[in-house]
Amino acid sequence: MQKQLREMEAGILEKLKSVSAMEELNEIRVRFLGKKGELTGVLRGMGALSPEERPVIGQLANEVRARVESELEKRLSELKAMARNARLARENIDVTLPGTVFDTGGLHPLTTVSRQIEDIFIGLGFSVAEGPEIELDYYNFEALNLPKDHPARDMQDTFFIGPEVLLRTHTSPVQVRTMERTAPGLPVKIIAPGKVYRRDDDATHSPMFHQVEGLAIGSRITFGDLKGVLQVFARQMFGPETKTKFRPSFFPFTEPSAEVDISCGMCGGKGCRVCSHTGWLEILGCGMVHPRVLEMSGYNPEEVTGFAFGMGVERIALLKYDIDDMRLLFDNDMRFLEQF
Amino acid sequence: MRVSYKWLKDYVDVTVSPGELADRLTLSGIAVEGVHELGAGIERVFTGKILNIEPHPNADRLTVCAVTTGGPENLQIVTGATNIRAGDVVPVAVEGARLAAGLVIKKSKLRGVESRGMLCSGQELGLDPKTMPADQAHGIMILPPETPLGLDIKPVIGLDDAILELDLTPNRGDAMSMVGVAREVAALLGQKLRLPDIDVDETGDGIEGRVKIDIKDTELCRRYVAKLFTGIKVGPSPGWMQERLRAAGVRPISNIVDITNYVMMELGQPLHAFDYDTLKDGRIIVRRAGEGEVLVSLDGVERRLNGDMLVIADPGGPVAVAGVMGGLATEVTENTRNVLLESAWFNPISIRKTSRVLGLRSESSSRFEKGIDLTGCLRAARRAASLLAEMGAGQVASGAVDNYPAPHVPKTIILRPDRIEHLVGTAVDSDACREILTALEFGVQKNHQGLMVTVPGHRPDVSLEVDLIEEVARMHGYDRVPTTLPYGPTTQGARTREQSLAMKVKDTMASLGFREVITYSFTSQEVFNKVNLAPESPLRNVLALQNPLSEEHSVMRTVMLPGLLEVLRRNANRRVTSLSIFELGKVYLSRGDAPLPEEKQVLSAAAMGGTSRGWNKPSLEKDFYYMKGVLESLLAQAGISGTSFEPFKDDPSYHPGRAARLTAGEQLLGVLGEVHPDVVENYELPGRVVAMEIDFGIMASLAGKAGKYRQIPRFPGIERDLAVVVELQVPVREIIGVVKKSGGNLLRRVELFDVYQGEQVQQGFQSLAFSLTFRAEDRTLTDDEAAGLINTIRENLAKKFGAQLRS
Repeated sequence: MQKQLREMEAGILEKLKSVSAMEELNEIRVRFLGKKGELTGVLRGMGALSPEERPVIGQLANEVRARVESELEKRLSELKAMARNARLARENIDVTLPGTVFDTGGLHPLTTVSRQIEDIFIGLGFSVAEGPEIELDYYNFEALNLPKDHPARDMQDTFFIGPEVLLRTHTSPVQVRTMERTAPGLPVKIIAPGKVYRRDDDATHSPMFHQVEGLAIGSRITFGDLKGVLQVFARQMFGPETKTKFRPSFFPFTEPSAEVDISCGMCGGKGCRVCSHTGWLEILGCGMVHPRVLEMSGYNPEEVTGFAFGMGVERIALLKYDIDDMRLLFDNDMRFLEQF
Repeated sequence: MRVSYKWLKDYVDVTVSPGELADRLTLSGIAVEGVHELGAGIERVFTGKILNIEPHPNADRLTVCAVTTGGPENLQIVTGATNIRAGDVVPVAVEGARLAAGLVIKKSKLRGVESRGMLCSGQELGLDPKTMPADQAHGIMILPPETPLGLDIKPVIGLDDAILELDLTPNRGDAMSMVGVAREVAALLGQKLRLPDIDVDETGDGIEGRVKIDIKDTELCRRYVAKLFTGIKVGPSPGWMQERLRAAGVRPISNIVDITNYVMMELGQPLHAFDYDTLKDGRIIVRRAGEGEVLVSLDGVERRLNGDMLVIADPGGPVAVAGVMGGLATEVTENTRNVLLESAWFNPISIRKTSRVLGLRSESSSRFEKGIDLTGCLRAARRAASLLAEMGAGQVASGAVDNYPAPHVPKTIILRPDRIEHLVGTAVDSDACREILTALEFGVQKNHQGLMVTVPGHRPDVSLEVDLIEEVARMHGYDRVPTTLPYGPTTQGARTREQSLAMKVKDTMASLGFREVITYSFTSQEVFNKVNLAPESPLRNVLALQNPLSEEHSVMRTVMLPGLLEVLRRNANRRVTSLSIFELGKVYLSRGDAPLPEEKQVLSAAAMGGTSRGWNKPSLEKDFYYMKGVLESLLAQAGISGTSFEPFKDDPSYHPGRAARLTAGEQLLGVLGEVHPDVVENYELPGRVVAMEIDFGIMASLAGKAGKYRQIPRFPGIERDLAVVVELQVPVREIIGVVKKSGGNLLRRVELFDVYQGEQVQQGFQSLAFSLTFRAEDRTLTDDEAAGLINTIRENLAKKFGAQLRS
C-alpha cells in the first residue's frame, strides 16, 4: 500500500509538470483528491490494514496529500502568472497615440489677474465692494474733492451720458459710496474691482479698462501702513524679491499722495526694454484720504484717517505676461486667449 | 517743462550731477521724465566763417563755399543751403566730425567737386527746428557775427548742457519756472536760492498820464501791472538768451517777444507786450467780452468771444484774450517803437474755460490755469524792464502802473507736529518741520498750538494743514517712513455670495470648454438691426454717450449677444471657426427719470462649429442641445433646481423653432437657442451658432446654499430599460413627466439614452429609450415589484400618448 501511494504520488507529480491549462489542473485535483478520487480510494482501503500499519499508512497518505496539494497550488500560480503575462503581452498598446481630446476653456487673463489681486487683499482683511459703472458726477468727481472746473479733471478725459451722469473714470466713487454707507463705523477695509472708462484709444490706452481700488479707514491708519500693505501686495503679486518705491505725487482725493514703482521683474532692476531702462515700473497711485473727502462722506478727519489706492489691472496683466499692446486684451482673438 | 541744468545754476549751486538731481527731484515730488544730454555724440564741429560762395559748376542747386575755422588753411565745402551769405559765422563739421544722428563727416566729392566738411543746421546738431528762428529752422544755423572762430560749437550754442524734462502734477504751477525749480533744488540740497537781479535803469520819462489801467472784473483779474518801454529798436535777442529759450523749447522771435518769454520761463509770470502806439488813448480796460464780440488773434484767426471770457480791451474794443492769446492789431512788429508790457493775474478757472472753448493752449494759459503768484506781478515786469535796459533795446519809462484791486491775503495755517506722526506714521520734530518749510519760503513761527505757517504767494495750492504735512513728508522723504501694517481689530476679508457665485460660474464655463471674452460695454445702434430687434423693441432705448470716440462705440449696450457674435465673426475671419465663448458682463438699461440706469449682469455664451475631434472620438456639432447641456450643468453647479425650459418663439434674434426660455416659477432666467439664420448671415458667420443669455442676478437669487448630506442608499436598486414609440410632436418632457409620476417614489432615476427616428419606426413617430432605476430606502426591491412598476408606466404612457412598447 505504501508502494501504491508512492507510485501514485510520483505519477501525479510527473503529470503536473506537463499540465498547461488550468482546467487540466482541476481535473487532476478531482481525480486524485476528490470524493471519488484515487487517494480517497486508497484511504478507503485502510480498513483492511492491521492496527499497526494504519497509523503509518495514514500518516503517509496525509503527507502525500499535502505534497500533491502544495504542488498543485504551485503549478496553479505558475499557470496564472503565465496566463496574465500572455494577456499583458497581447494587450500592448501604442502609448504615443494622443489622449482623448477634451474641450478646454479658460478665463480671460484680466479675470485671472483681478482674482489674484483680490485674493491678496482678502488675505489682508479687505472685503470686495462694487459700484455702478454709470455714475453721478458727484461720486466720480465732486465728492472726491474735484469740483467742477478743477484742472485735475483734465487728467481723466470723461465720457458723458448727461450733464450730471458719466461713465466712471476710476473706481474711486466706490470709496465714497462705501463711506457714505459705513460712516461713522470703523474700521473700513474694502477693495473695489471693476470697469472704468476714459476717452483714450491707443497701444497703451483702451477706452474701457479695469481698476482695483482700495480703501482703509480707521482710527490710527498711517502712510506707513499704506506703504506696508502695498509692499506686501507687490511681493505677493510680483515675487518676494520685489522692491517698492514711493514717489510723491498729486491726486485731488488723497494727501499726501504717492505713485508706487516696483523693481522691474524682467531685468531685476538693471534696466531693460520693459522698464524703459529705468529698472522701475509704475504700477499704482495712492495716498492718505483727503480730509475733505472724509468729511463729505461723513467721517471726522480729526478723528479718523485712511488710505486709498488704485491700480490698473491691464497694466499689471501687461507686465505679468509681457504683452506689448493693450488692445490685444480686448480683441478676443482665440489665438491670444488660448495662451492663458 | 524743460529745465536747463546750466541755466538752473544761475539761481542755485547745484552740487549733484543732472542724473542725480533728476532722482532727487523725482523722489520729492517733481517728477523728472527724462534727462537729455545735449550735444551728446557731437564731435569736431567748430565755429567757422564763410569767406566766399560760388556757384557749383555742375549743379544748379549746390554752391561751393570757402570756409575758415581760423586755421591756416581754408576749407572748400559744398552745400545745398540757401540761407547763407559770405561773412556768416556758422557751425562747421570738419573731416571726422560726428553729428547728432550719428552721422560721420568724411571728405567727399559732390558732383565732381571736393567737399571737406559740412555746414550744419540746428537739427543736425540735435536742436529742435521748432526752437530755431524761423529763417533758420530748415537751413544752416547762423551764429552772431562777433563769434570767435575755431571754437568747439557745443559751449557756443549751449550744447554743453543737460535738459531735465519735468512731468508736473497739476497742483505744482510754482514749478513751471526756473526759479520755482531752483527753489526746490535749493531746499533739497541745502543751498541758497539766488533771485535774478531786478535793478532797473529807468531812463525814460514817467509812465504817469501815459497809461491807464481799468479793471472792470476784479474777480477775474485781481492785479494788472503795466510798464512802458520807449524808443524800442526791435531786433534779434542776444545769443545767450536765444540759447536759453531754445533749451526751454521756445523759439526766439525778437528781442521784445523773447524778453517776455524769458521772464515767463524764469519767474513763471506770463507777460504780454502790446505795441503801445496801436492802443487807443494808452488805455487798457480789463473786462468780460461782449457776447459774440470778435477778435483777430496773433495767428490771424478770427475768434468769436462770449461773456464768460475775459478780454484786454482799449476804448475801441478787445485787443487780447486775457492770458490766452494776444490780438494781431496790437502785436509787436519790427516797426514797433513803444511797448506796453502787461504783467497780470487772471483767474485760473476762467482761463482754463476760455482756452478750452477757443481750443488754444499756450505756455501762458497753462501757467495762469494753475494759478500764478499774485505777489510776483510787479517783480516780473521790473525784471523784463531790467533785461530790456541791459540789452539796450530801448528806454524804460520810470514807474509802473500797478492796479491791484484784490490784494493777496496771506494764509496762515497751524501745523501740529503730532499730526504728522498721526497721519504719516513717523515723527518729524518741529525744528525739522520749520527747516523744511522755511527752505520752501513758508513763514514759520512757533506758538503753543504748534507752528504758525504763512503760505507764500507762489504756493496757492497750499491751504490746509494736510497740505503742509505733505510738504514736510515729501521733503523729509517717503523712503524714510517705516513700513507698518494697520493697527486695529482684525477684519475678515471676503467676497459677497454673488461675487463668489460669479467666480464659480466663470470657472464652470471654463471647465465646460468655454473661453472667457471681455468686450466693450459700448456699441453702436446698428447692432440692433443686425440681431433683428423689432423697431419698437425697448432694448433700442439706449443710453448714448455725448462724446463718443466713434459711432461704433457710441451707446451703452442693452444686449450681450451682438458683442459675442462680433467676436465669433472676427475669429472666423482669422479662420478660427470652431469655438465656444462666454462673457459675464453688464447691460445698461434706462430707468426713465431715475438718475442712474439699471446695470444688469448677464451671463452670455455663444458657440459655433463642433466639439474637438480625436482619433477615438467624433466631433459633435455645437447645437441647441450642446448649449442646453452646458446650461443644465451650470444650473446644477449653482445648486439651482426647479427650472424649466419652454419653447420660445418671441426673441427675434433666435431661431423660432430652436429656442427656449428658461424659467423658474414666474421668473424668466434667460433665453437659449440657435441664433436666427438672418442674424448669422448679418454677421457673415460660416455656420450655425448657438447662444444663451442668462440674467445673473436672478440666477444668484436662486442659487442654493450648500445642501445637507443625504444618506447613501443602503439597499440595491434595480435597473430596467424601457423603449416606447410615440408621436414626434409630443414633447419628451411630458413623457418623462408621466414616467416619473407613474413610477412614484420608488423610481429614483430616469435617463433618456436613445432617441431614434428612421426605418424601424413609423413615420411621424420616434422611439425613446429610457434607463430607469428603482430603489426603496427600507428594503431590497424584488424583481416583481419593478416589473409591476414598469407595467404601470407602460400602461399610463399608452393611455396618455398612445405609446407603444418597442421590443
